[in-house]
Amino acid sequence: MNDDFDEPTAPHENLGPELTDDEEALLMEMPALTDDVGQTRRTFVGRTVAGSLGLFALNLLDLEKALAGLKPSPDVVFAADPVAENLVKVVLKVNGATKTLEIDSRVVLLDALRERLKLTGSKKGCDQGQCGACTVLVDGRRVLSCLTLAASVDGKEVTTIEGLAKVGHLHPMQAAFIKYDAFQCGYCTPGQICSAVGLLGEARRGEVSHVTEDVTVRTTRLTDDQIRERMSGNICRCGAYPGIVAAIQEVHSGKRTEHTWRFVEEQQLARVRREDANEAV
Amino acid sequence: MRPFKYARASDPTAAAGAVTANPQAKFLAGGTNLLDLMKEDVERPNELVDLTRLKLTEIRRIRGGVSIGALATNTDTANHPLIRRNYPLLTQAIVAGASGQLRNMATNGGNLLQRTRCQYFYDTAMPCNKREPGTGCGAREGLNRIHAILGWSEKCVATYPGDMANALYALEAVVRVRGAGGRERTIPIDEFHRLPGETPERDTNLEHGELIEAIELPGSSFAKNSHYLKVRDRASYAFALVAVAAALELDRGTIRQARVVLGGVAHKPWRSREAEAALSGKPASEESFRQAAEVAFKDAKPLAHNGYKVELGKRAVVRALMRASKVGGA
Repeated sequence: MNDDFDEPTAPHENLGPELTDDEEALLMEMPALTDDVGQTRRTFVGRTVAGSLGLFALNLLDLEKALAGLKPSPDVVFAADPVAENLVKVVLKVNGATKTLEIDSRVVLLDALRERLKLTGSKKGCDQGQCGACTVLVDGRRVLSCLTLAASVDGKEVTTIEGLAKVGHLHPMQAAFIKYDAFQCGYCTPGQICSAVGLLGEARRGEVSHVTEDVTVRTTRLTDDQIRERMSGNICRCGAYPGIVAAIQEVHSGKRTEHTWRFVEEQQLARVRREDANEAV
Repeated sequence: MRPFKYARASDPTAAAGAVTANPQAKFLAGGTNLLDLMKEDVERPNELVDLTRLKLTEIRRIRGGVSIGALATNTDTANHPLIRRNYPLLTQAIVAGASGQLRNMATNGGNLLQRTRCQYFYDTAMPCNKREPGTGCGAREGLNRIHAILGWSEKCVATYPGDMANALYALEAVVRVRGAGGRERTIPIDEFHRLPGETPERDTNLEHGELIEAIELPGSSFAKNSHYLKVRDRASYAFALVAVAAALELDRGTIRQARVVLGGVAHKPWRSREAEAALSGKPASEESFRQAAEVAFKDAKPLAHNGYKVELGKRAVVRALMRASKVGGA
């Protein structure tokens, strides 16, 4: 193993295992990444993976080169997995694009999105319908993609976190989540936001919840308690609930409240770093 | 998950025929319970017949009552004006269950067929007569805090976990089913689920391959005075420790008719006709409700860890009836 952090100098051939779909997807996304201090992605990848994974990482870098020029076509028909059984052909309309898949009948929508369509925004938390991290919208309704067979949503419209923003504009719920600091680690966030968007539609249609006082009376106005109850299917291990409720309430009610925090500016950051450096001396 | 053949049904009779023909086939509707159990290797069908394209989603008036399509989602059912106006107890029960996402997926037929949440049923390393007949019951002498206090047998102490069905029992619903060859029959909801007895592997009296098409609700005089109370370990998104579907028909403060159905205490929704009889003709008062609650639990046989359910259940009955009757502004 390579224990120091030197950048690798020569690629090695055929030393590591084949890349999984996830790893391939990760590499496809890498060109967009550049870290704060101007370190290039290549240096970053090189240092990180060479330090931790050694020769396997070198192989990754090789593959990365080969993959760098490839861009996925929006309507590509994906071939079936070699080990798949009971193949089913499924046409999904995902975020406006039509995707045709040939899949094992066992594949749930979450895995089809993540592993086949490379839409890794939807997260696998518990994989048994208890955490809400996999929430997506099917025909405008929020559902759990981990308990939905991909085959059963053939022909339906699927919207994931990747499909909420319009070009250049975040979905209002995404913007509100940022404004209210409605997350910490971010793992549950795509599910929280998709769930919240679905919730807004339910409120507009006057749908009731467990804390509705009188279910015979139609109301479209949600209290904070209503939002809490209606979001109970989305668990946040970091406990960002106050921000989540505030974000949803603002988008729902249209009443904007003052932004209580903001991103640090470069000058401030530089000052803090200088101060830290002085302390260290 | 084990491999299975996936097929879409074109009509109810074909669906029933396909499942009847294969003892290891199952219907797939919302999938919220079945897929979870398949991932856990508890359910092992080798064929799924997808019902979700069938047109069994209608909610409509029928002679004096309402028919609810088996494939209408829980969300659509709870929010339908006919249900909210005439059967608010059913709306309350449905939205007490699961989460927004799950209710958008879950169908009424599937909800009736959901399986127990007994941990020993879910854990394939444990004995369970329901999952694997003859292996014994892990819960009988194990951790049985969430288990039954009424109607259990030495073979099985599991509870039926649902909410919607508790309201359907109180409303005396009828389940309309179709079998292979198009054969139709109706099952009164009270006879739909079974007590465990010697055959806990059978949750219901449906034959293999019989398809639920609709749930029919007779006209109800309970719309004004009903309440669904669910008590659980947290405020939302958990199964009931105890639940009560309470409905009253009042005539100037006197109870003309009552329905009391208990959830979370037995292998099926537990309708207490004794408690209902005890309420009939009595004034709608806390005193009457307390007496009825005593009657409802007089045969309770708690296990090692669920003795609390007896007192909790009695208090839940009183509170549900208080809210239903609006006595004391409750």
